[in-house]
Amino acid sequence: MNKNKVIQVEGLTKMFGDFTAVNAITFDVEKGEIFGFLGANGAGKTTAMKMLIGISKPTSGNATVAGFDVYTNAEDIKKNIGYMSQKFALYDDLTVKENITFFGGIYGLSRAKIKEKSNELIEELGLQDVANQLVGSLPLGWKQKISFSVALLHDPKIVFLDEPTGGVDPITRRQFWEMIYKAANQGTTIFVTTHYMDEAEYCDRVSIMVNGKIEALDTPKKLKEQFKAANMNDVFLKLARG
Amino acid sequence: MSISVSHINKSYKTVKALQDISFEVKPGELFGLIGPDGAGKTTLFRILTTLLIADEGKATVAGFDVVTEYKNIRNSVGYMPGKFSLYQDLTVEENLNFFATIFGTTIEENYELIKDIYVQIEPFKDRRAGKLSGGMKQKLALSCALIHKPKVLFLDEPTTGVDPVSRKEFWEMLKRLQEKGITILVSTPYMDEAALCDRIALIQDGKILEIDTPEAIVRHYPKPIYNVRANNMYQLINSLNTYEFNHSVYPFGEFVHYTDRRTDFNPKELQAYLESKNLLNIEIEKTKPTIEDTFMELAKS
Repeated sequence: MNKNKVIQVEGLTKMFGDFTAVNAITFDVEKGEIFGFLGANGAGKTTAMKMLIGISKPTSGNATVAGFDVYTNAEDIKKNIGYMSQKFALYDDLTVKENITFFGGIYGLSRAKIKEKSNELIEELGLQDVANQLVGSLPLGWKQKISFSVALLHDPKIVFLDEPTGGVDPITRRQFWEMIYKAANQGTTIFVTTHYMDEAEYCDRVSIMVNGKIEALDTPKKLKEQFKAANMNDVFLKLARG
Repeated sequence: MSISVSHINKSYKTVKALQDISFEVKPGELFGLIGPDGAGKTTLFRILTTLLIADEGKATVAGFDVVTEYKNIRNSVGYMPGKFSLYQDLTVEENLNFFATIFGTTIEENYELIKDIYVQIEPFKDRRAGKLSGGMKQKLALSCALIHKPKVLFLDEPTTGVDPVSRKEFWEMLKRLQEKGITILVSTPYMDEAALCDRIALIQDGKILEIDTPEAIVRHYPKPIYNVRANNMYQLINSLNTYEFNHSVYPFGEFVHYTDRRTDFNPKELQAYLESKNLLNIEIEKTKPTIEDTFMELAKS
């Protein structure tokens, strides 16, 4: 295996009955890369992502994530990745500190390590004043920033972000991307889905799924050239509308 | 006026959800409430659709007072809440029939109004609503909100979480409804959708930042704004953030939008500064502000 390829996918397929949700997709993601995983609703993104994070078995094809096989080493995958989605992020009824401690414990960090990471995170996000407040009382943008930091607690090799910025105000959305850049710059691989096409431009490479297949995969610049489009929104519209 | 809102205030315990909100929507207008989660958009929708009573202020919809004449309002408006709120266990057709019956009408009577939208889901009319895809649910919800031929249509974040293709189709549907004379109040967190409205209100933290046409809002942007690009986005953002004369630094797709604090800003100085930070392939050129730039500028101050 190529050491720099932290995700390797070949002919990965998932069928539900006679419906092919993910149809023989093939791609690699490199270490430290910000990889945008785009597609229309129902194109198969979530199904593909579930296979990559080890919670859904493929029907056929191969994939390794962080060096582990999705069929045989799904538990190792879970230990080596971080995951954050808009739908499930943090527990609203726990405080910021309690959430950090809880997830640190889930990821198997020692008490000392949790304490150290917790202080680090609170300091970095400037959360000193709200550290003991219930997460439910915080604005969505803050929650998403904390949630991302929590997904990084155990220093995962790859973080999967499923529409992390939906509904977040534009300033916080950008602060969130600065956090993504920072993590990528430190060598963490970022695998991200989004419906904001300007965010697609922030990715190193972007894949676009249509009806279960990856129909385009390249840097935003090259995709724009290929589809003779002014921006990623036009690329997306051209591809998905055929 | 189709909608008239005057000094509305609403608090939940200590949270001021809406503070002194006033605006008017003309008959036949497509008016957008643009703002992020938590801005107060849903609270405002619930007050205008008579599901919630404001602490202070007055509002009328289709000429009726939202408190004293709430029954008239319920007959004359359509409301599509942000959360899917149809009956999951009823089929597509049963849902539509249900809403038609509630309002004392039939699908046949107003079919013309919903035809465009409903034909797209009609092949699935015997499927339970809970089993529909996101896009189809949205079309069914819109059909149900229209079946009694409302004068005013309220759409609370109809496109949140929806992909760009379906979003575009949805806005095309709205334009066609507007042509049929329906007044539409729509909310969205997507700033690029603001340009598709006749007029918009930018809203954040319960306060309206500005109300105007999308063109005028962009015109009011106070500073020259520049596209900046270099070989490394992360380093570029960091360098611009530490530049002592910066006023705002926001990533925008492949560029960073930059404004300077000085009135006599010279891009060449910035170029030299970025070169001193070892950035390569630097490009700095003037660009036009967007609604999102304006929103961030207003939200900042």
